[in-house]
Amino acid sequence: MSGASSDASTLANPRELDLGLPVSYLAEGRSVASWLFTTDHKRIAILYALSITFFFFIGGAAATLVRLELFTPEGNIVGADTYNKLFSLHGIVMVWFFLIPSIPTTMGNFLLPLMIGARDLAFPKLNLISWYLNMAGGLLTLAAVLAGGIDTGWTFYVPYSTVFSNTFVTLAVLGVFVSGFSTIATGVNFIATVHYLRAPGMTWFRLPLFVWAMYTTSLIFVLATPVLALTLVLVIAERTFNLPIFDPARGGDPILFQHLFWFYSHPAVYIMILPAMGVISEVITCYARRRIFGYSFMVYALVAIAVIGFFTWGHHMFTSGMSPFAALVFSFLSFIVAVPSAIKVFNWTATLYRGQIGFESPMLYALGFLGLFTMGGLTGLFLASVPIDVHVQDTYFVVAHFHYIMVGASVSAYFAGLHFWWPKVTGRMYPESWARFAALLMFFGFNLTFFPQFIAGYLGMPRRYYTYPPEFQVWNVLSSSGAAVLAVAYLMPLGYLTWSLFFGGRALNDPWNATGLEWRTTSPPPRQNFFGNPQVLAPPYDYHPEATPPGDEPRIAEKGALT
Amino acid sequence: MSAGGDLIEKTAERHLREPWDELGLAGDRAFAYQRAGATFGIWIFIASEVLFFGALFLLYTAMRLEHAADFAIAARETNIVYGTLNTALLLTSGLCAAIASQASEQKGLQRLTLWCLGATVLLGLAFMAVKGVEYREDIEKHLLPGASFALKEPTTQLFFGFYWLATSIHAIHLSIGIALVVRLIWKEWREPGFLFESPQVEVAMLYWGFVDMIWIVLYPMLYLDGRAG
Amino acid sequence: MLDALIPAFLRPESASVQAAKVDAIFIGLLLISSAIVLLVVGLVVTFAIRYRRGSSAKRGEMPTIVSREFEVGWTAATLFIFVFIFWWAASVEIGAFSPPKDAIEIHVVGKQWMWKTQGPSGTREINELHVPVGAPVRLLLTSQDVIHSFYVPAFRLKRDALPYQQTETWFQATKTGTYHLLCTEYCGTDHSRMVGRIIVMEPQDYAQWLTRQPERDGLAELGARLFSERGCSGCHNAGSKVHAPSLAGIWNQSVPLEGGRTATVDEAYVRDSILQPERDVVAGYEPIMPSYEGKLSDGEIQALTAYIRHGTDRFDLIGSLNLAPAQNICAPGQTPPESAPNQSLRSPAMVPGAPASGDTPP
Repeated sequence: MSGASSDASTLANPRELDLGLPVSYLAEGRSVASWLFTTDHKRIAILYALSITFFFFIGGAAATLVRLELFTPEGNIVGADTYNKLFSLHGIVMVWFFLIPSIPTTMGNFLLPLMIGARDLAFPKLNLISWYLNMAGGLLTLAAVLAGGIDTGWTFYVPYSTVFSNTFVTLAVLGVFVSGFSTIATGVNFIATVHYLRAPGMTWFRLPLFVWAMYTTSLIFVLATPVLALTLVLVIAERTFNLPIFDPARGGDPILFQHLFWFYSHPAVYIMILPAMGVISEVITCYARRRIFGYSFMVYALVAIAVIGFFTWGHHMFTSGMSPFAALVFSFLSFIVAVPSAIKVFNWTATLYRGQIGFESPMLYALGFLGLFTMGGLTGLFLASVPIDVHVQDTYFVVAHFHYIMVGASVSAYFAGLHFWWPKVTGRMYPESWARFAALLMFFGFNLTFFPQFIAGYLGMPRRYYTYPPEFQVWNVLSSSGAAVLAVAYLMPLGYLTWSLFFGGRALNDPWNATGLEWRTTSPPPRQNFFGNPQVLAPPYDYHPEATPPGDEPRIAEKGALT
Repeated sequence: MSAGGDLIEKTAERHLREPWDELGLAGDRAFAYQRAGATFGIWIFIASEVLFFGALFLLYTAMRLEHAADFAIAARETNIVYGTLNTALLLTSGLCAAIASQASEQKGLQRLTLWCLGATVLLGLAFMAVKGVEYREDIEKHLLPGASFALKEPTTQLFFGFYWLATSIHAIHLSIGIALVVRLIWKEWREPGFLFESPQVEVAMLYWGFVDMIWIVLYPMLYLDGRAG
Repeated sequence: MLDALIPAFLRPESASVQAAKVDAIFIGLLLISSAIVLLVVGLVVTFAIRYRRGSSAKRGEMPTIVSREFEVGWTAATLFIFVFIFWWAASVEIGAFSPPKDAIEIHVVGKQWMWKTQGPSGTREINELHVPVGAPVRLLLTSQDVIHSFYVPAFRLKRDALPYQQTETWFQATKTGTYHLLCTEYCGTDHSRMVGRIIVMEPQDYAQWLTRQPERDGLAELGARLFSERGCSGCHNAGSKVHAPSLAGIWNQSVPLEGGRTATVDEAYVRDSILQPERDVVAGYEPIMPSYEGKLSDGEIQALTAYIRHGTDRFDLIGSLNLAPAQNICAPGQTPPESAPNQSLRSPAMVPGAPASGDTPP
């Protein structure tokens, strides 16, 4: 049963409930300083979790106001400038301070060393520094908001951002720039950890897919972020020191900015989705009680997405007047990058075949992910076709498409992972029925919010519009109502997960009966992660679908009860 | 070094850090492993930096292709004496850095290591001083893009936009390099024998070498363009 | 046709040649995508029910050979489908790239927050554009400040207007009516109010509408004036002492350049030659022309380009529409036969949110 690891004498017994053992990383000092100066990857993950939750609700509040304003075609809640600042705030905070750090810095930080049997990341101090950089970046951006806001949208297109905008662009851009160092540091750390700190027997093709996802994401972190950093430096230099780089009035080329920006920002989309794919691979195998279908194809697909993703940025610029042949090359590559994503969807589906499927809340989120990701991915094909893209570019069709991927898929996966590993991280169980209800509500609310936007976009409603022609109102009303449902669904986990910290039942070491090294230690794990030196003897996902032995179903412990 | 023998025995323990100390390997093997990991990490970081400067050089390429004539005119305004002097200074500092890195791994060469690190810092500071003088001259010649810019051709401003940007980014990198090396020297002063076999020396020197390489690319772009023939 | 598959209220108005082609691909993709979604969702639901925990369905390992074949199979199938869609979309894209030679040429300038258009006979409009149905129209876009994007949903047409650069696109309307013109590149405070309308008219109505426009110099006339005022004629006129190429009748001709290259005289070439004369010097001439960068506005460059293209002869718009002579509009400088220009036709900028349909001008 514990096929992924063995060395039974030194590892924690999965069936045990280690009540009151003074070994949990949570018990290693309770002062604020013990958290703020920790080098424990698990504590840093918690710090990240707190900061990204904070940013998630800031970005969410901005989105709520945006949707509220769009309830009617006329502007009647906020002014046009305020509206522009709101959607910019939403985009900047959600992309750079929630989505990009979300899964890698919380679950990645917490689980990567656990999953490969390491004591910590390769450079623990660097890990802490990267959290501080992320916070510094976030606070600079928030300072820009408090000072009066920024109205360029999250893309900072020149020459609007450099010459025309009268808002606090420099401060906000500086914030994003600083947070870029944080992602690079995290990427370097993860890559070095996977290369050097795998436990004996943990070969590359025994790595859990979540680790592979973290690894490929880190490659993008390291290779794409610097290009964004440079681009932002150029914007700052042009605004602050009046250096002409993109200013068309002095010979600069604003299209060059777009090339550099999207060279980062398209791979950044894969930064947001690859970790989600990793989480889903862990969750689906556990609740289907099956080995992942086509492990090696799943790995190759992750690598292929990460690599090809670097060469498709031009599809954001089909309407900017690029040569039609350049457009076709980017179009072709964009179709090609969709193939590995399709393979992953088919493999997850096939993993369910002949399984022993349970519908605990993480699995509900994961199945939701499958549907939403498929929708998001297929609408990506529309956008990869040049003639259709020309029609729907910069309309709500695009907005709906990337929300299906980045919110529908990524955030669903984030919640799937959060519920899946919550017992491991906190040692507590959350109320399952609430969690299932929130999962269903989120799926419903999400589709109600974003599906009408596909239609509005196809009918021609442009994005970033404060007022809009009234024939689009019906779709916006639907979308805004969905957003209300979605807001409630996102608030619910905040409530019941917090509740569970104080009143939830104690979690077993392996409440879901999952394989994987992270379950072979106590819940929550000790500071040094393992009691002995883990050894890996078998490939990952060593589940047994057939002849399930009694007690091999996922079990949920009631308060303190041992199974 | 007076306490040399003693220190060398304990090298592994002194430099071993978490989580590398818990790998369950014998002390010296764990340390060799940690050292390899640190070197690997800085190489990854340098790969990241290559993309950073790669974007900058791409920008230059695109702009120069578009405005070749103006760029040649503008590049003739830079001071080739300072530029060449700086190239020499930086290349020499790179040599010192490489010697320091090699010497730190040999028994009995601690003094050489320290001297080379000192020379590296001094050469780096000399580079910054020359750069400062050059900047002052550039400002006096009104080569700062803006209303009172000296040259008439419109896109020469682009060249100087790039010039100020690239040299200041390089200077920031070099300052970080100087700070790293000063920190190493300070550590050695506080704790004699620290430099011996420290992975930090190699890491800092790799970074220094990278900053040198950037200058080698910048030098022809900023100083030699427009001066040929 | 396939588009009957989509209920009317879900279909944007389709009023150009390109729109029909885009819709065909769209519907094809929609069918393929729906099939894939149904397949995936169907399988997930089936498996979820059949293999739910504790069900009596048969379980067991699959032979690895099967899984490998499946894997290769669906990789190849997706690849094939995706490449097919790419090919389809790409062929439409390539086929529609170049505008027909005889297209009506309209200059569009975007500025915060309005669209200014100017037709070949000098008719200027703000936030409106009148075009005849059935005639290809070529748009030359530029911007005075930030990036804008010219979007007409009913034509499936979108092209960015870039500052200090010229982009172009074209369309051919197939239905009369009034359609939205929207800005889709975020451009500041009133981005959402940078909207206007495209009014597609029958050719006769269009001709009548033209006659009612207030008199204006055509672009080419303005260009002719600039050509002498700014000193171009000093060198480029036939009798000039300076050795400079004559520009008469060179439009669309291929000219030899220094170094054995050739260039076709088009908007981009003329623009480059004015702004960066040293770049592509015509073979046999000295690079003596000074750059006019910063000395000519974008509008003036457009005017000069129009002059070099058309000479001072008016572009024969009406002739190209095959209208009867009686309906011809008057020459510039003359008063139209019927009445004073009908100003009421030139409505102000469209009120944001006003419906686009209905209200077709006479």
